[in-house]
Amino acid sequence: MLILRLAIQSLYSRTLTALLTVLAIALSVMLLLGVEKVRTGARQSFADTISGTDLIVGGRTGGLQLLLYSVFRMGNATNNITWESYQDILKRPEIKWAVPLSLGDSHHGFRVLGTTKDYFERYKFRGGQSLRVADGKVFDDLFDAVVGADVAAKLGYKVGDRIVVAHGAGSVSFVEHDDKPFRVSGILAKTGTPIDRTVHVSLAAIDAIHIDWQSGARDTEHPVSADEVRKMQLEPKAITAALIGLNSKLATFKVQRFINEYPQEPLTAIIPGAALQELWGLVGIAETALSAVSVMVVATALLGMMTTILTTLNERRREMAILRSCGARPVTILGLLGLEGGLLALSGVVLGVLLLYSALLVLQPVIDRIYGLHLPIDPPTKDEWLTLGTIVAAGFAAALLPALRAYRLSLADGMMVRN
Amino acid sequence: MRDNSETAKQSTGPAAPQPAPLAAVNPIAAEIVTMSGVRFAWPGRNPFAISVEDFSVTRGTRLLLLGPSGSGKSTFLNLLCGIITPQEGRISVLGTNIGKLSGSARDQFRAEHFGIIFQMFNLLPYASVIDNVVLPLQFSSKRRKRAQEVDGGSVSTESERLLTRLGLERSVIQGLTASSLSVGQQQRVAAARALIGRPELIVADEPTSSLDRGRQAAFLDLLFAEAEAAGATVIMVSHDESLAPAFSDVRRLDDIAKGSRSAAPC
Repeated sequence: MLILRLAIQSLYSRTLTALLTVLAIALSVMLLLGVEKVRTGARQSFADTISGTDLIVGGRTGGLQLLLYSVFRMGNATNNITWESYQDILKRPEIKWAVPLSLGDSHHGFRVLGTTKDYFERYKFRGGQSLRVADGKVFDDLFDAVVGADVAAKLGYKVGDRIVVAHGAGSVSFVEHDDKPFRVSGILAKTGTPIDRTVHVSLAAIDAIHIDWQSGARDTEHPVSADEVRKMQLEPKAITAALIGLNSKLATFKVQRFINEYPQEPLTAIIPGAALQELWGLVGIAETALSAVSVMVVATALLGMMTTILTTLNERRREMAILRSCGARPVTILGLLGLEGGLLALSGVVLGVLLLYSALLVLQPVIDRIYGLHLPIDPPTKDEWLTLGTIVAAGFAAALLPALRAYRLSLADGMMVRN
Repeated sequence: MRDNSETAKQSTGPAAPQPAPLAAVNPIAAEIVTMSGVRFAWPGRNPFAISVEDFSVTRGTRLLLLGPSGSGKSTFLNLLCGIITPQEGRISVLGTNIGKLSGSARDQFRAEHFGIIFQMFNLLPYASVIDNVVLPLQFSSKRRKRAQEVDGGSVSTESERLLTRLGLERSVIQGLTASSLSVGQQQRVAAARALIGRPELIVADEPTSSLDRGRQAAFLDLLFAEAEAAGATVIMVSHDESLAPAFSDVRRLDDIAKGSRSAAPC
C-alpha cells in the first residue's frame, strides 16, 4: 500500500503537470462519450419520432426526403398528391386509416401543418405514445390552431390567442395570411419530437387561407373574406403527404408496390423504419468519422501523458536509486510508474465522465430546445463502460514505455546515479 | 591500521547448499562480508572493470574505505550491496553467496540485511519523513517485524524513536514532506532509514561530505552509537582521511579493489 501512496504522493508533488494531463484525458473522454451520446440520442430521437405508421405516401420523390419533410419538418416537398389520387388509394381494403398532411406555410419559423382530427389519434411516437392536449382542445372551428409545446413556450401562447400564418416555409416571411387569423384552441404536451415545433390547423383551413391566391400571390382584386370562406364547401386539391395505417403489416409491401406503381400519378410510398435505415446509412460515415476523431483525441491525450512521464524520468533516477537501495525490485519501479499512468488515466476517465454528465445536465434542455434533440441522461451503457475500461488499460500500457525505460535505467544505475 | 583481512581470509563459510531465495544466515561467523577472486566488468560501452582478490570485514567493525572518486567506489558498493553480480568470484554476506541469488532474492536480501546511506539526496522529496524512514520495511517483512519488536511498538513509533535519537525535533519529524528539510536533517533521516529494523550491515557512501566539519563528527557519533546499539557493522566509503580516527578499521580502496579502464575515461 505504501507503493500506491508513494505513487499518489509523487503525482501530488507534480500537481500542475498531473492536473493538466488528467484534464487532457478528461476532455478527450468527454468528447468520445459525448459523441456517442449525441449519436445514440439522435438515433433514438429520430426512431422515437414516429411509430404505428405503416406507410408514408407522398408525391414522387426520394424515400428519405419524403420521410424528412413529412415527419421531421426538414426540407420541402417537391411534389404533392392530388386529392383524387389520395381518395383513390384510400379505397384499398388493406388500409385501416389514413391521415393527410399539408405543409407549406409557417408561423414565426415554425411549420404549419394542415391535417385532420384523426392526426391526434393516429399519430404515435416513442413506442406507441399518443399526443396529449395539455391545454384547451383540438381544433373545432375552421380557424382553430393547435400548437406544439415548443411553439407555445417560445412564443408565449395561451389558449385563445390570435395568430397569423405566413405564406411559405421560411423563418422570415413577408407575405402573411393576415386577412384570416387563427385562434389557438389547444396546446399539445411536450413530446420531444418535431410535433413540439408545429402549428396544426385543419386541412380545410389550409385551403381557406389560400382560396384567393393565384400562383403564389394573393389575388387582391377578388379577395375572399374569412366569413365568406366559412360558408364555402372546401375540398383540398392536393395534399403534401399522408400517413397510412394498415389492417395487417403483412400487406405493407403489397400496398407500397401498388402506390409506387400507381398509374394515374407518380407517387412514392415508404416504410418509415426502412427510410430511417437509409438515413443511418447516410450519416453512418459521418458518425464513424466523428468517432474516429474522438478516438484519436484520446490517443493524443494518452501520448501526452506518456511524454509527461518520460520527461520526468531523468530527474527521477535518483528516486529510483533510493527505492532500489531500500530493496525495491526493478519490477516494483516498473509497477510504480505503471501505477502512476494508470492513476492518471483513471482520474482522467472519472473526471471526463463527471464533466460529461454535468454538461449533459446543463445543456440537455438547451439542445432539446434549439435542435429538438433529446439526449437522455442515462448511466453509461455496457459498451461505454468497456470503452472507459479500455482507456484506463491503455493508460497503464502507455505508462509502460516510460516504465520500461525506468526499469532499464535503474538496472544500469543501480544505487548510484552517475550523472 | 591494515588488519585482519589476512587472518580472516579463509572463511569457508557455512557449507550450506546453495540457498533458495532467502539464504540461511550464519550468525556466528566472525566475518560479515567476504569477497574472493571477484571480477566485474560493466557491460556495453562502459570500459570500467574491477577486481577484488581478497576482502573481508569482521562483524561489529566500523570500517572506513578511503578512496578518491573515480576509484571504482560505486562499482564496489554496487557489488557489495548485490545490485550487480560479479562475472567471477564469490561475494558472501552473512554467509550467503549473494552472487548466486536471483535478482529478486538479492533485492529481498538487501531489504532485509542492508541499511544504505548516500552522499546526498537520500530521500523521496514528496514523501513524508516517516514514510521515508519506513521505506525498507516495505520490502522485507522480517525487517518490519524486527522494527515492530523494539519496545513492542509500531513501525512509526520506532522511526520516531530513531529520529529523536538522531537529534531531530518533533516538528521536523511530523512535518509534511522530506523536501523541506535541511541537508543535515535529510542525512539524519537517511541514517534512521538505514538503521530501522536493525539490519546487520550499514553501508554509507560519503554520507558526511555534504555536511560541514562540525556536524560531520556529530553525525558519525550518532550513527555509530545507534549502529552499536543495533549491533550493526558499518562500512563507509569516503575520500576524507580526516574522518579516520572515528573508525575502528581504515583501509584504502585501492589496495582492495583494482580498477582498470580499458578505454577513455567516462
